[in-house]
Amino acid sequence: MLPNIIAARSQMGISLGFHIVFACMGIAMPLLMVLAETIHLRTRDEVYLLLARRWATGTAILFAVGAVSGTVLSFELGLLWPHFMKRAGAIIGMPFSLEGFAFFTEAIFLGLYLYGWERLSPRAHIAAGYIVAFSGMISGVFVVMANSWMNTPVGFKLDSHGHPYDINPVAALFNPAAFHETLHMIIAAYAATGIAVAGVHSFMLLRDRGNLFHRRAVTIALAMGAIASVFQPLTGDFAARQVALLQPIKLAASEGLFPTEPGAPLAIGGIPNAATHHLDYAIEIPDLLSLLTYHNPHAVMTGLDSFPEQDWPPLFAVHTGFDLMVGIGTALVGLSLWALWLIWRRRTIFGSVWFLRALVAATPLGLIAVEAGWVVTEVGRQPWIIYNVMRTRDALTPMLGLEVQLILFTSLYIFLGLTVLRLMYRHVMRSPDSEEIARLLRRGALVA
Amino acid sequence: MSQLLLIYFVAGVLLVSLTIYVLTAGADYGGGVWDLFATGPRASLQRDLIERAIGPVWEADHVWLILVIVLLFTGFPPAFSAIMIGLHVPLTLIIIGVVMRGSAFSFRSYGGGSDRAERDWGRVFAIASLVTPILLGVALGTIADGRVPAHPTQLADFFLPWLTPFGFAVGFFALVLFAYLAACYAPLETDDPQLQDDFRMRAIIVGILAGIAAGIVLLLSRVQAPLIWGGLTQREWTWPLMWANGLAALGALYALWRRYFSAARVLAAAHVSLILWGWAFAQFPYLVPMNNTIFNSASPKITMEFLSGALAAGSVILLPSYRYLISVFKSHPERRRRTRTVKPISAGDAE
Repeated sequence: MLPNIIAARSQMGISLGFHIVFACMGIAMPLLMVLAETIHLRTRDEVYLLLARRWATGTAILFAVGAVSGTVLSFELGLLWPHFMKRAGAIIGMPFSLEGFAFFTEAIFLGLYLYGWERLSPRAHIAAGYIVAFSGMISGVFVVMANSWMNTPVGFKLDSHGHPYDINPVAALFNPAAFHETLHMIIAAYAATGIAVAGVHSFMLLRDRGNLFHRRAVTIALAMGAIASVFQPLTGDFAARQVALLQPIKLAASEGLFPTEPGAPLAIGGIPNAATHHLDYAIEIPDLLSLLTYHNPHAVMTGLDSFPEQDWPPLFAVHTGFDLMVGIGTALVGLSLWALWLIWRRRTIFGSVWFLRALVAATPLGLIAVEAGWVVTEVGRQPWIIYNVMRTRDALTPMLGLEVQLILFTSLYIFLGLTVLRLMYRHVMRSPDSEEIARLLRRGALVA
Repeated sequence: MSQLLLIYFVAGVLLVSLTIYVLTAGADYGGGVWDLFATGPRASLQRDLIERAIGPVWEADHVWLILVIVLLFTGFPPAFSAIMIGLHVPLTLIIIGVVMRGSAFSFRSYGGGSDRAERDWGRVFAIASLVTPILLGVALGTIADGRVPAHPTQLADFFLPWLTPFGFAVGFFALVLFAYLAACYAPLETDDPQLQDDFRMRAIIVGILAGIAAGIVLLLSRVQAPLIWGGLTQREWTWPLMWANGLAALGALYALWRRYFSAARVLAAAHVSLILWGWAFAQFPYLVPMNNTIFNSASPKITMEFLSGALAAGSVILLPSYRYLISVFKSHPERRRRTRTVKPISAGDAE
């Protein structure tokens, strides 16, 4: 029998981990599809229209799963953590309400976009697409703002019973972690989706090298993914320095840093050993952590030893998640620079089989980095549900036997995940081959 | 604005959102029910009509439920918490139903699978559409019943309160009403008179069934939900509401009989709205009887102010957009035909 608190946390984690993939896609796929349609309207190139329609179909499936898995989360906040919502609802209801409206707008205009190809004028149709892309991004911003409040709770006071009073919803909304969390997450969504989509189309290009449909797809998706990937280390650096100020214990856990010391080393890999207060088997680069965090190699970094052990988050998950995220982020920067170099030297990326292969290998990496990043944020916040205010176990529902529904939701999500993968695979396999594209272009030329 | 006005405003928006959810998403669930019970020589045409009708709007319709949840936990957090604790089991089943229905529908529409895969997903969609409304009704019925356990400690406390005849009577009532709405809206989605008649007959049968279900719920409420029974029978607004409700119900049936489909849609929607409002007013001022009222559960004034402001600002964007969506896809076929049509560029990408 799993303790209820572990079952509830696992269920919440699995639900979030499942939803975040679709949420990222729901933010960034609409941008890809409207970009393709915009280029089509400018150039009258039929291949771009075909691309927009194919991406729209993919978006439809991903968005639907994202919408329903997001609904599950809004219920689970209450079903699993009712005492948290009772206390926090009045304080962070604002971002959730605003998110509701943004998401509403996204759903309305996605319906218009997907089903309106023949009903709307081209201008109205593309406008609907841009509204989808914009409101999807905004709704992501608001949800992450609600999460960032859990990390840096402000905008209220607590009475002796722990009930909040003197609430300031605006201060809570613009809490100290809001800016770096939203910035880092939104860019991550574009990076991860762009790389994933470019990877899938590269896979098809390796089988059909001259295929214009896939070449154009890779061009648009990689442009989005690479630009976002190159900027991501900057927002990540900013986020890490904010976390050092706001939640030093989370940064210490991320880095596997035990002693509080000047000139702290940057540790790569390794297993944090809570018993000996030592990071075993890690590669350490002297002074680098202090340098990165405070731009001063001798700056004092606060380590885990400065905090009571009962307030430590699970160390292995947070440290490994952090390394995984940073490692992938670095790899994606490398990949993006490689693409730039190819364009500069050879004017195209499509001549290099090795680059296309690397892109295929990178397909899941961005999304894995997003998952790892959320492990750092959320597991790194433990044992608190509201940082330094409310412990996760105090928010737990009195419901019994939560492992039953943990098994239920886990199987449901595995089943849905595999189904989506299968549908996407089939959708991609049915994309047009070179002959179809040639026919389409000939006909387009005749029409023009 | 005073806190009292703010509370009435937020509670009012909550009720209106729930009403729109029932009128729109309820009909989408009802469509799934008719998918399950598609029969006769035009069974596949019936299924196509339902898929066409639901496709563009169901996700937007679904967001009304999210709005209800968000309003509840922002405006009335203790009531939200009480519902989430006491009705943990049915609500968990509801979200599984929501997930299965939405995913299955999009897998069927966009999966591009074989006929068999489409049929299987259609079956999942239809069954989830049948079960979820029953559970929604059970949850609402248990709240109305005043049986939401405040401090459940044993497993039985999480099951017995909602496993009641009254709860399931309300569940069945909800299912019948959702199917009724879908059948009333459906004739407006097609020009085919035979197909219109299929749904017209279904609407009339289910409309009569709804009347019977309403009677059962009312009778059971006398014993099991005295608050609702008292509210429905003993307050000054009771009889005007009952009369209006009865007139709307009979008017909808008459309009269906005479094939006034636009009128039938409006009257059926009015009928269902009045039932919902009857329940809400009977329960007033309780959100979760007998502990949480809209007054003792309301968030502090500043939260209510910001929430009201957000609702006002949001509705300026939302309502015209939603109206636009509905007008593009749900206007009468006559008018719809006059809107522009463009030929798809090739058969290959029409999927």
